[in-house]
Amino acid sequence: MQHIINTVVMSEIITLNHGSGGKASQDLIKEIFIKSFGDPNAVLSDSAILDIDSRKIAFTTDSFVIDPVFFPGGDIGKLAVCGTVNDIAVSGAIPKYLTTSFILEEGLLINDLKKIVNSMSEQATIANVKIVAGDTKVVQKGKCDKIFINTTGIGTLEKDYSYISTGEKIINGDKIIVNGPLGDHSIAVLGARNELEFKTEVQSDCACLHELIQDVLTAGKQIKFMRDITRGGLATVLNELSGIVNLGIELTEKEIPVKESVNGLCEVLGFDPLYLANEGKVMLVVHKDDAKEIVEIMKKNQFGKESKIIGEIVSDHKNMVVGKTEIGGKRIINTLQGEQLPRIC
Amino acid sequence: MKYIEEYRNAELVQKISEKLKVYDNLDISLMEVCGGHTMAIHRFGIPSLLPKGIKLISGPGCPVCVSSINFIDKAIACSALKEVVIATYGDLIRVPGSKSSLEKEKSKGADVRIVYSTLEALNIAKTNQDKKVVFLGIGFETTAPASAVAIQKAYKEGVSNFYLLSAHKIMPPVMEALLNDDVKIDGFICPGHVSTITGSSIYDFIPEKYKIACVVTGFEPTDLMQSIELLTNQIANDNQKVEIQYSRAVTKSGNTKAQAIMNEVFETRNDFWRGIGEIPDSGLKLREKYKDFNAELVFDIQIESKRENPACICGDILRGIKTPKECKLFGKTCTPINPVGACMVSSEGSCAAYYKYSSYE
Repeated sequence: MQHIINTVVMSEIITLNHGSGGKASQDLIKEIFIKSFGDPNAVLSDSAILDIDSRKIAFTTDSFVIDPVFFPGGDIGKLAVCGTVNDIAVSGAIPKYLTTSFILEEGLLINDLKKIVNSMSEQATIANVKIVAGDTKVVQKGKCDKIFINTTGIGTLEKDYSYISTGEKIINGDKIIVNGPLGDHSIAVLGARNELEFKTEVQSDCACLHELIQDVLTAGKQIKFMRDITRGGLATVLNELSGIVNLGIELTEKEIPVKESVNGLCEVLGFDPLYLANEGKVMLVVHKDDAKEIVEIMKKNQFGKESKIIGEIVSDHKNMVVGKTEIGGKRIINTLQGEQLPRIC
Repeated sequence: MKYIEEYRNAELVQKISEKLKVYDNLDISLMEVCGGHTMAIHRFGIPSLLPKGIKLISGPGCPVCVSSINFIDKAIACSALKEVVIATYGDLIRVPGSKSSLEKEKSKGADVRIVYSTLEALNIAKTNQDKKVVFLGIGFETTAPASAVAIQKAYKEGVSNFYLLSAHKIMPPVMEALLNDDVKIDGFICPGHVSTITGSSIYDFIPEKYKIACVVTGFEPTDLMQSIELLTNQIANDNQKVEIQYSRAVTKSGNTKAQAIMNEVFETRNDFWRGIGEIPDSGLKLREKYKDFNAELVFDIQIESKRENPACICGDILRGIKTPKECKLFGKTCTPINPVGACMVSSEGSCAAYYKYSSYE
């Protein structure tokens, strides 16, 4: 499929679609930001890998906006620390320091802010990172939605893992692993919004994955690529990957872990779990000979208990992700095109 | 998942797929006229399990796709009126009108809210007395009763700030229009949800008058495969009739209570189908009794409609004459984010389903 049309060129205004994490977001980055800031040929990874006095440093930033700010399984503060810690960790680095900035809406309860900051501090302790600088701005009511948080972080690379960001070691036959069921975060947040008349027990998977990732990295196995699976879902991450390595990807859909409750709501709303956002999930590409052992190592970590091999890199259908459906058919799995909308019937 | 897994039995699907191989030398076209079927067919990769001789074509079954450009323009015009809140099912917001879409208007500040039910829309009206809430009524016999219930409730409770802009349509007239057209259809995969309400008897005229096979079908892979087998058998044995594969939900007479509510609130009118044209008695409008809830009568909606992009072949796609891949715009200037034609907009639209799931060959 040729993505000839760039959605930014086509649109005069920013729509919510540009923040969906899918095709429109990618277009926005390429068309506006890379053109001004970057190298058009660089692989866009979760962190920049910098060389400072011949030490490799991973450097990244992320802003967090979420409605509601408190949801089952977490809050915006936990999200803000875990998100940046994970971006650093999947680059092969050990997260060390964070900075944070707050934009607060007039009227926000001090007690809510305390809760949010406490959960940031709690996660920072868990992730063994220090929050070392910060900034606060307050805006008039209605100019932001309660609280927006930015975190920026650096981590150190003990070895030269820069290939993990670029995927340059990936070959035909490599296996794809995820660390557990997909879509919990999206569904938990959707349920907490009270717009839908459903109650769900599903908790966000929001978690810092630095330990899980260090466990596999230090086991001496052949880890070739890692990405955290956030907005846009697994489908979008895999499509980016197939483009980067110029190979095909084949998924075995019945192996992809999705909770029954999440699946049920997806059926009702017409969502595809492969496109739902996660906040504590990582996708790994590993050498086929090491795949089973890596899964066993991951299962020993609390955030990897349901790790599974879900697919492989293939030389067929280059730049394309194909799913073997649960009934034995085949289908193409594309990048997320726009925020998933509930269907009519 | 309970109640679903049994209908996604790979072994059973493979068995039917094997059996169908004997029909490789046939040349038959089966049309699904429900967007839910189009989605399921592509999501599960059903075409990759069928012999070459059995072709699946997608008909005008996506309510979003067949809504006329006028309807979208009217909705957009309403959204620009003072104090108006547009309440709509999600799929509709990205549909392109002549110049804009509800999504774009929302980005510019229009009050457009996605709802999941008509009663939720009614609730917005009740809790925002200073606003005028216009619900965009879209869909076939499946969603029309839900709109009817909301209107009855608003009438009974004297809610005076709730309105319906109706694009509701009914299925049988468009199926007949296709049969009178030059479309090659040997059998219909009849809609499951529509039939839950209407019953299967609404299709009786199809085998009787046109000798075309009909099977009312569920939405899971085994449902679809079984229906394709039933249809193929009917055609191969020259025994065209209406069968109900989806018997766990559909009866011959349907949900008579829902039918009665729908009839009490709506009457038929000639309606325009995007890409197909006007079809007599194929749309639903509010009866005289409910005229105060009819957005078209209450608001002064001025629109100037433009022709659709001449290169767009949505009409031929909706009639099953062409497939999305035959369209020059498909995947190039027309993608789900920048849809040119309506079939690309809804996740149930043929083009969107092809784009997203396009069966791997």
